[in-house]
Amino acid sequence: MAKAPTDRLEALWGEIGSTPTYTVLRRPEIGLVMVKGRISGSGAPFCAGEMTVTRAAVRLESGELGFGYVGGRHPRQAEIVAVLDALGQRTEWQQAIEDKVVAPLAHEADARRQLVKARAAATKVDFFTVAREAGP
Amino acid sequence: MYVAVKGGETAIANSLDLVADKRRGARDLAELTLDQIDQQLGLAVDRVMTEGSCYDRSLAALAIKQARGDLIEAIFLLRAYRTTLPRFGDSEPLDTTRMVAERRISSTFKDVPGGQVLGPTYDYTHRLLDFSLAAAGERPEAPTAPVDAAQALPRVGDILEREGMLEPPPAANGEASQDITRTPLVMPADRPVRLQNLARGDEGFLLALGYSTQRGYGNNHPFVGEIRYGQVPVAFVPEELGFEIELAEIDVTECDMVNQFAGAHNIPPQFTRGYGLAFGHAERKAMAMALVDRALRAEELSENITSPAQDEEFVLSHSDSVEASGFVQHLKLPHYVDFQSELVVVRTLRHEVEERNRQAVLDQAAE
Repeated sequence: MAKAPTDRLEALWGEIGSTPTYTVLRRPEIGLVMVKGRISGSGAPFCAGEMTVTRAAVRLESGELGFGYVGGRHPRQAEIVAVLDALGQRTEWQQAIEDKVVAPLAHEADARRQLVKARAAATKVDFFTVAREAGP
Repeated sequence: MYVAVKGGETAIANSLDLVADKRRGARDLAELTLDQIDQQLGLAVDRVMTEGSCYDRSLAALAIKQARGDLIEAIFLLRAYRTTLPRFGDSEPLDTTRMVAERRISSTFKDVPGGQVLGPTYDYTHRLLDFSLAAAGERPEAPTAPVDAAQALPRVGDILEREGMLEPPPAANGEASQDITRTPLVMPADRPVRLQNLARGDEGFLLALGYSTQRGYGNNHPFVGEIRYGQVPVAFVPEELGFEIELAEIDVTECDMVNQFAGAHNIPPQFTRGYGLAFGHAERKAMAMALVDRALRAEELSENITSPAQDEEFVLSHSDSVEASGFVQHLKLPHYVDFQSELVVVRTLRHEVEERNRQAVLDQAAE
């Protein structure tokens, strides 16, 4: 949900049906997370640079707390993720969230990933084509 | 010395308006959108995010628009903006083996497991201007090919490491790595601190230094062990949750450079490494960073420090384009009082010299 395109999550959220009222405990707030890398990919960590992150926190009328953390500056998305996080703690909501939000987003993310991989695969070097021809 | 001056408010206000006017350009042309900059000038966005040290494509696009394409000015704008934001914490270290790679090449092994994937590269273009781009038109989509789902992309370094031919990277020492945006840079700096400095460093500066090492100023015989570019997930543990969540997938480029090393007192001959990591697709930057990272390890590897690229104080103190352009460009600010005082000094000196010369001529005539 955090990694989904904002407008897509908002659209799916709109289709989930009537949701319980909630209180916003922490209004969506934009901040930074320091992204760490590792030396040569596997060694000691170092600070590679920051990224923007938006976070929000809500409480349902029934008391469940929900937190939303999303990469980028997306206040609405952070709030929706927080509400979904809270709702997900109530058993009667789990199936709806899974079917109407999580599964479609996962499916779409997978399709995007597959397209990236398929385009990359088309640029894979085939060394059979450079095999040396038999000498004289 | 800089002495403050007053006045010029109207001129400054009008100058700002003139900049805005220039930024907009001819009004009969459509205004650039941030999405256009993000999508069609993507590598400029990548550079601004890397050196601005802040991953946010639309902010970088905004900075580029505001700076009218002056990337160093855009980097400055992004750096200034980031100082206004609170820090939520540190991410878990990126795991680049989880990358959805768009490009992955090795110049040390032809038949590397996972293969050589060229991806979107200018390497094989002829650098001839393509005049078809001057006209608007539909562009074809990139071709696709079947994906081998079972094919992993192991690190090239890991393969050499297993044979003992390549030094392993330094392991985490358990302490949080120092962050130069929080604590000032102190020298000698350890390797994670140097890498943070280089990651934010100016690409042109690092490119020139990296080039200098290849030309013999601290030569370290480099090979590209591996370059990969693609999307990696960023994991973060919010304190109120206490468990790891994935915030986003970001584009990064990494370069693991492999270098010849003859060995030292207690180290057998083996290959050593330099590492580069950049936001977005920034291969030249990642390679230059890796070359300079390796050059800066001279003391650790008991090499003679003879060249600028090996001199930590020189490199780390001059790599930052925001600091460099600030100090160079401050010379444009009024230095009137400062210059007046120097004028007085030079006039006095000249007067003394002239007086002496005249006396010498008189003395000569008298003899």
